[in-house]
Amino acid sequence: MGSPLKRTPLYEAHLKAGARMVEFGGWDMPVQYRGIIEEHRTVRSAVGLFDVSHMGELEVEGPDALATLQWLTSNDVGALEVGQVQYSVLCYPHGGIVDDLTVYRLAPDRFMITVNASNIDKDFAWVTERSRERAGRAAWKNVSSETALLAVQGPKAEALVGRLADRDVTRVGYYRFERGTVAGAPTVISRTGYTGEDGFELYTPADDARALWAALLDAGAKDGVAPIGLGARDTLRLEMRYVLYGNDIDETTNPLEAGLGWIVKPAKGEFIGRGAIERVRAEGVTRRLVGLEMAERSVARHGYPVVKDGARLGVVTSGSYGPSVDRSIALAYVDAAHAAVGSEVGVEIRGQAKAAKVVKTPFLPPRVKKSS
Amino acid sequence: MSNIPADLRYTREHEWARREGDQVRVGITHFAQEQLGDVVFVELPKLGTRVTAHRTFGVVESVKAVSDLFAPISGEIVEHNTELGDAPQLVNQDPYGRGWMIVVTPSSPGDWDELLTAQQYEQFLAEAAH
Repeated sequence: MGSPLKRTPLYEAHLKAGARMVEFGGWDMPVQYRGIIEEHRTVRSAVGLFDVSHMGELEVEGPDALATLQWLTSNDVGALEVGQVQYSVLCYPHGGIVDDLTVYRLAPDRFMITVNASNIDKDFAWVTERSRERAGRAAWKNVSSETALLAVQGPKAEALVGRLADRDVTRVGYYRFERGTVAGAPTVISRTGYTGEDGFELYTPADDARALWAALLDAGAKDGVAPIGLGARDTLRLEMRYVLYGNDIDETTNPLEAGLGWIVKPAKGEFIGRGAIERVRAEGVTRRLVGLEMAERSVARHGYPVVKDGARLGVVTSGSYGPSVDRSIALAYVDAAHAAVGSEVGVEIRGQAKAAKVVKTPFLPPRVKKSS
Repeated sequence: MSNIPADLRYTREHEWARREGDQVRVGITHFAQEQLGDVVFVELPKLGTRVTAHRTFGVVESVKAVSDLFAPISGEIVEHNTELGDAPQLVNQDPYGRGWMIVVTPSSPGDWDELLTAQQYEQFLAEAAH
């Protein structure tokens, strides 16, 4: 048997709320409370509360913190102001992806990166070892276990968080954050998320998480707030074509084929993986991560082959029934020659090729708040 | 405890069977649909297909899982629930009613007696929980 599953500060609260718990990346997490589809709809129509405290937070500080992050990540950290957030990836020299993450500029010389739960140890080892090679004045600290993360997502998220915050959260722009308090708890109030809805991610000390969770459920009752499990988190992000590390991207995929070229900024200067990614850009990608829509409702799942006329064209990386689009949708790596929107392919499900079509993504227009 | 109607028979794979004259109607139990979560697709065989007791006859998919459907008895499929094509959620909402899956004309009358009674199925679930 492996090591015991890790628990977030809200583990007991999940059990009490009737959650069904599952293993996710070494953590014992709620997959659903009342049902994935109902929870999905709650987030799209009202507001949902997610415990994502399993995610990791790493801080780096020092005169060379910026230079270190420029070396480690693909996006241009130099363009990031204090109070701003940036989506990015850590790459290997061969261009494969160590992890995807968000970068927070806390101060001119201090940053936080938020990484995937299953990658915390790998990422911390990676960033500290690569930083040591550079001998820069930048100190890393893994603050994951003392940091809880709650996501409040949905059209009523702003009203709910606004009611409990010590500041006017309507002024926090998309991919920006402010430090303040929410329900009395010291919080980094970040206008980010993984659902395609407007909303916030709230970083708070682990010791404050239970009180904050309870306060949000209580204050949000009139908004129809409900706790949302990882099941709906997955269907919500899939409809937006947000990639999931371990499913859609990993060490064998490069950012360009994954459609993440927009966060690769070679003009900023050297960074780990830049040479390999630039070669891919020059030669052209051989496959692309595309959105598929199934002709019928059978679900195309991770690992299912994408086929055409008996030949294998690629592989499904994520797939589900999409509750808001009301059809079976998937992400798949498909041979670049067949990756154009409208391309008709098959997904092999239980030995049978089921009709599918490459469609425009996101599957549903996002409703994030782009300006404030 | 799970909802287990007394007048039905059950399999260890969580299908139910109901005698209706000479035929047997089949679906999955309340417990099964609860374990699966939201059902989004049900794949059923064509009319006239012969099914064999303990063998798979179809597939039920939820958001998170794929599960085989096992025939409680051998026989020929004379009806299948076309309503599930557009409304697979009926399996969750009404597993013993509108969420039924197939109707079979039995070919081997002895099959029925090998199925679990409600009491036996309830005991089976209780044992499985430990």
